[in-house]
Amino acid sequence: MRIKCPVCGERPLEEYAYRGDAKVQRPRTHAPDQANAWHDYVYLRDNPKGRQKEHWRHSGGCGAWLVVDRDTYTHEIFSVRLTKAARRRAK
Amino acid sequence: MSAQAYRLERGGLVERSKPLHFTFDQLQYDGYAGDTLASALLANGVRLVGRSFKYHRPRGIFTAGNYEPNALVELRNGARREPNTQATMAELFDGLEATSQNRWPNLSLDLLSVNSKLSPLLSAGFYYKTFMWPRSFWTKVYEPFIRRAAGLGSAAGANDPDRYEKAYAHCDVLVVGSGPAGLMAAEAASGAGARVILCEEHPRIGGALLTERIEIDGRPGQDWALDARSRLQASGVRIMPRTAVVGWYDGNTFAAMERVADHLAEPPAHLPRQRLWRIAAKQVVIATGAQERPLVFPDNDRPGVMLASAARTYVNQYAVRPGRRAVIFGNNQSMETTAHDLARAGVDIAAIIDPKDVVSSDISHVVRGQGVAVVRGGRSISGVKPSGRGAKTIGCDLICVAGGWNPSVHLISQRGMKPVWDNEIQSFVPPVTSGPGFICVGASRGLYSTESCLEDGYQAGLAAAREAGFKDVETATRTFTASGPEQGRVEPLWRPESGAKGKCFVDMQNDVTDKDVSLAAREGYVSVEHLKRYTTLGMATDQGKTANVPGLGLLAGDLGKEIGEVGTTTFRPPYAPVSLGVIAGHSRGPTWRPVRRTAFHGWAEEQGAKFIEAGLWMRWHYFPRAGEGFAEATAREVNQVRNAAGFADVSTLGKIDIQGRDAVELINRVYTNSFTKLPIGRARYGLMLREDGIALDDGTVTRFDKDRFFITTTTGEAGHVMEHLEYCHQVLWPELDVQMVSASDAWAGLAIAGPKSRDVIAELVDGFDVSNEAFPFLSAAEITVCGGVPAKLFRISFSGELAYELCVPYGFGDAVVRTLAERGARHGLVPYGLEALGIMRIEKGHVAGSEITGWATAGDLGLGWMVPEKKPHNYIGRAMAAREGLIDPNREVLVGLKSLNPSEKVPAGSHLIADGALNSPEADHGHVTATTWSPTLNAYIALGVLKRGRERHGEILRAANPLQKYDVMVEVADPVFYDPENARVRD
Ligand SMILES: [Zn+2]
Repeated sequence: MRIKCPVCGERPLEEYAYRGDAKVQRPRTHAPDQANAWHDYVYLRDNPKGRQKEHWRHSGGCGAWLVVDRDTYTHEIFSVRLTKAARRRAK
Repeated sequence: MSAQAYRLERGGLVERSKPLHFTFDQLQYDGYAGDTLASALLANGVRLVGRSFKYHRPRGIFTAGNYEPNALVELRNGARREPNTQATMAELFDGLEATSQNRWPNLSLDLLSVNSKLSPLLSAGFYYKTFMWPRSFWTKVYEPFIRRAAGLGSAAGANDPDRYEKAYAHCDVLVVGSGPAGLMAAEAASGAGARVILCEEHPRIGGALLTERIEIDGRPGQDWALDARSRLQASGVRIMPRTAVVGWYDGNTFAAMERVADHLAEPPAHLPRQRLWRIAAKQVVIATGAQERPLVFPDNDRPGVMLASAARTYVNQYAVRPGRRAVIFGNNQSMETTAHDLARAGVDIAAIIDPKDVVSSDISHVVRGQGVAVVRGGRSISGVKPSGRGAKTIGCDLICVAGGWNPSVHLISQRGMKPVWDNEIQSFVPPVTSGPGFICVGASRGLYSTESCLEDGYQAGLAAAREAGFKDVETATRTFTASGPEQGRVEPLWRPESGAKGKCFVDMQNDVTDKDVSLAAREGYVSVEHLKRYTTLGMATDQGKTANVPGLGLLAGDLGKEIGEVGTTTFRPPYAPVSLGVIAGHSRGPTWRPVRRTAFHGWAEEQGAKFIEAGLWMRWHYFPRAGEGFAEATAREVNQVRNAAGFADVSTLGKIDIQGRDAVELINRVYTNSFTKLPIGRARYGLMLREDGIALDDGTVTRFDKDRFFITTTTGEAGHVMEHLEYCHQVLWPELDVQMVSASDAWAGLAIAGPKSRDVIAELVDGFDVSNEAFPFLSAAEITVCGGVPAKLFRISFSGELAYELCVPYGFGDAVVRTLAERGARHGLVPYGLEALGIMRIEKGHVAGSEITGWATAGDLGLGWMVPEKKPHNYIGRAMAAREGLIDPNREVLVGLKSLNPSEKVPAGSHLIADGALNSPEADHGHVTATTWSPTLNAYIALGVLKRGRERHGEILRAANPLQKYDVMVEVADPVFYDPENARVRD
């Protein structure tokens, strides 16, 4: 598998670190009524067979965190984009 | 027998001007450059080359390629000995030593061939049935028997002296295979402008052009291949001979193994033995050809039985007669080609046995409508009897078998494409001939005539170039005039008539017979995958290249189904054997992984430092002086720090420079404690949690300016913390105006500790006031030292003494450490290593990696004071750290442990058992995490975690270590053994 880093170009898998599902949202407060939301955020992940947006980091390259739209079954990659802050840094 | 009695005087691709000497089972033979070990053995009339795996049957050379199931030998000896090598793939070199294997005491007299008589015991599933009971028989009878009898060859038993490499290549079009189709594909793609790599597993380019008698546009195939090779080279195609493409992975990435120096006695100094390539290709043209399959008949494994295409290869490419008198047996018209090629080489054609009546009527000596009944001879055949009533034995020393062709569908099968059965050509073919990124051409997709392979390859080359981005390439056809072998009419012949006894082998390498297949079918193993596992058919090192399809044919017959309905097995990487050495590459011995050395390494080496690996780092362990052992040296180092001064290398700590208007906000969101009020020029200890509330890492945070911070991490978590912070910024809080960069490698760091350390530091700084008033505990400044070297100076302490940390740019590190050692000497300054550092941190009760384990909370570590209630931030880990289970008062928390008898050590890992209780999970209240002899306290002390430990100071427990059969009584204490008021760091 190769991922095309928007900063560095197409690079091999070994240069990247995988994190997982990019759609989980960190709860905005630590208020006690948010306990379930926190549990979901920290522990629960979908495990789709198919397309998913994921966080990857180009850890062996520019260090940017990327959102990779990938098929978990075929490993086809549909798009790779920088997160907002990484976009700003790249400028 | 005279030398090379079976060698032809003319023809072939061997170089008669370059004779080579080799031995097989200690006997001397000659061959020529261009031979394989197999062709050279056949040239010398050697037919018997090995014994089979299970029954120890005599075996000869069956093929001429990488699908050889029988002729497995050991090559070379000593550290380079290489078992289970296919003699058909081993190129001959001068001085080659080859040995047969799997026989005892020798090849022609193999006492273990008695296994053949035990065959009822060794039938399909014998592992599952025979060895189930009685239990005691396993270790006493079965296992020794199997170990003695089974196994193929033996490993060298010494370190491999050769080097192996990994390499990377990129191209527009990868062509796998250099037969007619592959050559034309490469030529067409290259002509269209594409960057082309052509891989060929054999040493010569040409595939079937070398092994068959082919003519293209009036040129002999062998010459045409040479011409094509020159054209490709001239057009810039990268030709990689001796390179087998063994795996096809995501993103059109290919693994290929190049046998760089397997054909030499020893690799020259500048070359590796083998290279593992990773090739990224936009398009691939699969031109892997086809392999002939055998037929299943009694004694079809005897030396002298050979695939017909292999016999043609031996006469055409190697100029070797594989026998003097041949019988040809098959189910398709290629038997005629075989008869022509062999007769032309002077081999008598005794008969063509043609049970399906496929041979043209004008051919003589054809025995139509009959199978093979009896093969005469054991170690070497002497004749064959057709199955017809009253048929006479036909004398022969060679039986050529033509069972049809198997297109090499291995690579597409690796990608999850299931081959489909083509009844017309009696072959499994790819389900589609092209798809995203690939095109299958020629014999690999079931085309067998040379003309169609050439045309197919040419069109595929153009198409691949176009798909790879050369959009202007137009479709074109090119026609060729060629002659060569054809399969012609082919008829199914899975279980030929014979009416005779004798084992009919399906998988020769694993000794699986037709009866095993039928037995498996009767016992219900009707799925192909079950059949495989039950009988071990196709599970040998050749992955069933010759065995799988005949096995399927037999199973289909038994089940009364069509072969296409039975299915096919899945081929997995690697297509050809790959040595473990080439997979490891450089990653072994001293080059197993990178070594990181700090700026002070050279100086420390000169001082006679002992080093210790910490991750990739080589860290100072201790500095023994003359006559000192480990214990004396480390105790001296500790005493010197406690009483005078010492310095340690802390370069390996992670360092991150964080700047920006929101730098303090980011820091507040990732540490538990607050940094809002941290003044400029001050440092503070900080604790990070994971999002699940568990401690992640600790370190210092220093503010050098309003918006400029410098943080440190532990050595082990340096990379992880950097990644974490970048995730927090880039993903969680992109709105923060902050930038960060790892400065770990930019700065070399030294800790200078001890009551005299201020005097030492004063020797280095350029006019900077280091008095306690001007630069108190937890101060930090950016200064210069040693006359202009930029530096960061911190007054922080890990040892518990008055101490400083000094960072200088990496390039100045060596000069600064030399100056420091020299100027510090008069204050009693000595270097100290990781061991002394570890002793002092235990004396001081600081937590480290053995306590920050990934399940400890801030409270467990005694760091609850670093988690202020009033902080407003929703920092990482805050919400989850408040969970019931993480604030349970019964949790195991950090304690100190003193050995009741100060001269008895407290082993790390010992469990803490209530006094008087027996060892049991209920009585287990915690364990020892770190232990040491304390030179300062003159006693064995330890740190540990203990349930409700903070309430239990003074309690006596038993530290039980059943593994070491060692118990010691300990007293629970405060973890800070040394200077609990922390006064010394402030002096
Ligand atoms: Zn990058």
